[in-house]
Amino acid sequence: MTLSFSLVTAAYIGATILFILSLGGLSNPETARRGNWFGVAGMAIAVVATVFGPRVLPFGLPFIIVAMAAGATVGLYAAKKVQMTQMPELVALMHSLVGLAACAVGFASYIDNSITFEGAEKSIHELEIYLGILIGAVTFSGSVIAFGKLSGKIDGKPLLLPGRHWINLGGLLVVIYAGHLFLSHEGVIAVLALLVMTALALAFGVHMVMAIGGADMPVVVSMLNSYSGWAAAATGFMLSNDLLIVTGALVGSSGAILSYIMCRAMNRGFMSVIAGGFGTGGGAAPAAGGEGPQGEVVAISAQETAELLKEARNVVIIPGYGMAVAQAQHTVYDITQKLRAKGVNVRFAIHPVAGRMPGHMNVLLAEAKVPYDIVLEMDEINDDFPTTDVAMVIGANDIVNPGAQDDPNSPIAGMPVLEAWKAKISIVMKRSMASGYAGVDNPLFYKENNRMLFGDAKKMLDEVLKDIE
Amino acid sequence: MIGVPKETFPGERRVAAVPEVVDKLIKLGFAASVESGAGEAANFSDDDYKAAGATIAPNAAALWSGADIVFKVRAPSASEVPLLKESATLVSFIWPAQNPELVQQLAARKATVLAMDSVPRISRAQKLDALSSMANIAGYRAVIEAAHHFGRFFTGQITAAGKVPPARVFVIGAGVAGLAAIGAASGLGAIVRANDTRAEVADQVKSMGAEFVGVDYQEEGSGTGGYAKVMSEGFQKAQAEVFAKEAKGADIVITTALIPGKPAPKLITAEMVQSMKAGSVIVDLAAEQGGNCELTVPGEVVVRHGVTIIGYTDLPSRLSKQASTLYATNLLRLTEELCKAKDGVAVVNMDDEMIRGGTVIKDGEVTWPPPPLKVSAAPAAAPAAAPAVAVKKSGGHHGSGEPSSPAELAIKAGVGAALFLLIGGYAPPVFLGHFTVFVLACFVGYMVVWNVTPSLHTPLMSVTNAISSIICIGALVQIAPPLAEGTERHSFFIGLLAFLGIALTAINMFGGFAVTRRMLAMFRK
Repeated sequence: MTLSFSLVTAAYIGATILFILSLGGLSNPETARRGNWFGVAGMAIAVVATVFGPRVLPFGLPFIIVAMAAGATVGLYAAKKVQMTQMPELVALMHSLVGLAACAVGFASYIDNSITFEGAEKSIHELEIYLGILIGAVTFSGSVIAFGKLSGKIDGKPLLLPGRHWINLGGLLVVIYAGHLFLSHEGVIAVLALLVMTALALAFGVHMVMAIGGADMPVVVSMLNSYSGWAAAATGFMLSNDLLIVTGALVGSSGAILSYIMCRAMNRGFMSVIAGGFGTGGGAAPAAGGEGPQGEVVAISAQETAELLKEARNVVIIPGYGMAVAQAQHTVYDITQKLRAKGVNVRFAIHPVAGRMPGHMNVLLAEAKVPYDIVLEMDEINDDFPTTDVAMVIGANDIVNPGAQDDPNSPIAGMPVLEAWKAKISIVMKRSMASGYAGVDNPLFYKENNRMLFGDAKKMLDEVLKDIE
Repeated sequence: MIGVPKETFPGERRVAAVPEVVDKLIKLGFAASVESGAGEAANFSDDDYKAAGATIAPNAAALWSGADIVFKVRAPSASEVPLLKESATLVSFIWPAQNPELVQQLAARKATVLAMDSVPRISRAQKLDALSSMANIAGYRAVIEAAHHFGRFFTGQITAAGKVPPARVFVIGAGVAGLAAIGAASGLGAIVRANDTRAEVADQVKSMGAEFVGVDYQEEGSGTGGYAKVMSEGFQKAQAEVFAKEAKGADIVITTALIPGKPAPKLITAEMVQSMKAGSVIVDLAAEQGGNCELTVPGEVVVRHGVTIIGYTDLPSRLSKQASTLYATNLLRLTEELCKAKDGVAVVNMDDEMIRGGTVIKDGEVTWPPPPLKVSAAPAAAPAAAPAVAVKKSGGHHGSGEPSSPAELAIKAGVGAALFLLIGGYAPPVFLGHFTVFVLACFVGYMVVWNVTPSLHTPLMSVTNAISSIICIGALVQIAPPLAEGTERHSFFIGLLAFLGIALTAINMFGGFAVTRRMLAMFRK
């Protein structure tokens, strides 16, 4: 049974539409579930059509089944076991697989001589291979490092090599020269050029992500997401396959938009994030020094926190990475339920870059069964803080820093922040007085209407929960 | 040993320590002694104090003689001063500016005296700001007194017996007392309007549920330390016009205007009272300093031109339990500052500006008035800083915030055009076909992804991740392609790479969709 070429193409068009619908469905949690099934259907159609299409001979079938089964087992197992707090790691790891696969397909395509091109077509085909492998390799090594950083296997601090911009520039020149050699030569020199480029691309991916600090991880993860899309698109060009091109472009632009949203949420240029290091991009030290915020930090006990929460009418909870680290989302929701049962209006405020990947906090809260209609975005809730009785900040720092608004010298000046200090009382849960990833002192802690609840978020919240009961 | 005597001032019902605070004082390492019956007027019995760990002194003499530290509400009377132990510490309201003789007498006893009224108004000292605590109560009680003397409901109602209009309350001075009054009155359902010379309190007034009535005259009314100052003549005239108009329309007027160290400004004239409806009520919280209303009689309730004018000077004392609790807590906070080691020894640290400000006499030496504070909350800095708060409003969901300038746009368009020209000129038609698809797909992706709600960004990433495993197709077509002419057999190496590619993408494909499904299943209303 073999499908005709036209039939396969028609199936691909159907798959394309299903993929677009799949992404479109994510505009709302209700339609998103259906959207996911659209994606599964599209993928199934595309794979089945290809397997039974004219480009795959029947003898390949057992290999395909074995490979698929092996991959599926690993994939489903990982999907079942992963903790919601580990989502960023999983996503980064999966990006690396796409990158690696793109490399494999690129090399295979280069060795493959079943289709031959002439003239401009030939050089374009080779250029596509070259680019496909380049993007694939960068995605692969960059994602692996991102995975290491997110899972704590590699230190989250940016690694700044001296003259790193020159290293990158030099690498780029070599890659261009190798590309020239690759296109203009045949045989050993071309293969060597390809291998040199691959090695450089891998090194570049490592170097790029190593230089990026932990707070910038949301940008990196979404950027790698984008790269994995471009890698797929490049592969599509290489194989003259429109389905791959369209899908790659969809994924690529999705990742690019996410990166853009994340950068805007931190009020930073995309290039400055990629260039690495926070506030050290131009080599200038953060201007935060000199005078620190003035005032006294008022500590509070879990019991007093519980009292404040019980007596409040409007409570806004602002979760950050600290909540994820402490795995406190379930306790947070237990508290939310108790308070809501008492008639307290509890809502959540999510900053776009809270956590380590876009939407990280939403997923954690969803895991803890927090209804999504009380989880609000920054723009939706920022105006409500003046009427809020208690704003509770759990393991977040930079995203509630008033310095971003009123201190033009702050390294995070201009970054949109949640205006927790406008609430009647803000309570900041923190392990210590250490500053956030941006290394900026937070004037919020010294405001007269702010209270600090020191300790591990999970432990303190458990106590708060006990006292509320 | 901390001693709490019974207040001797006629009509004073407050007490300087409540059982709850006594308990905490003992935890700080102090011993506490309470005069028998000290808390009676505030509904605290001797037994309550005993249960909290205090000893009960039978009379004033026994109490004063045993106490190293005395907590009081009112300043000690002439008969009480001699009772104070030599070199002991006294904490109470003192009003040193008004009572220089008392200060001298206390100094002669070699006492250390902390005046709760002299604690500087700085952020740190808010927790022991007894004036604010008392003003808060006074504001609340003012409304209750007004309601008592007012012959109507506060809240508007429509009943079977007819429509009841809501009471209209006008509050002058939006300090602590004024804001408390606004809160209490709007809580009762009245329509509240309020005025203050300090324009920056307008937001606070609104937050309490009242409408701010401004005086249309340009002058900044903020004095030092968050208090109001005396205004110019022109302003006063404009203000009087506003008050005349407001008083005429109001059922209840509550005045709280005070200027530190000066008699209260006369804001409500006899004519204004005359213009008010019969049965209206004026509560003058400034009665002790002479009153904001010309017709106020301090300490009494009088009716003039059919308007009840309440001039009580002991409003906090009329809510004795609440006032005692708050005052005692203020004292506790002060004690905590004095006894940081929690060892039952109070140390008056004159380097601490909060303690320094409150200390009137230190070991018999008069230290009042304190040196001026170095930093006062400077409201002048606020407007200057305001323009710097250029918060960029993110431009909704679509695209970048602001449109690019025409020149920039032209350059971009030029570069784009050149690029397309280049591609069009050199690329073969097959490539162009794919390129068209690619560019269009980018735009479709752009449009679709902007509609994704931010809360689903993580599922978006995992689903795009799964979708990008479409690279699988690339590996599939390589694992067993139809043989090209001239080639004999399949390259093992290609097969291996393709196999690897399929396995890797399969992880992504299945794992990505599965984890997305798992996540989406968790989102619920």
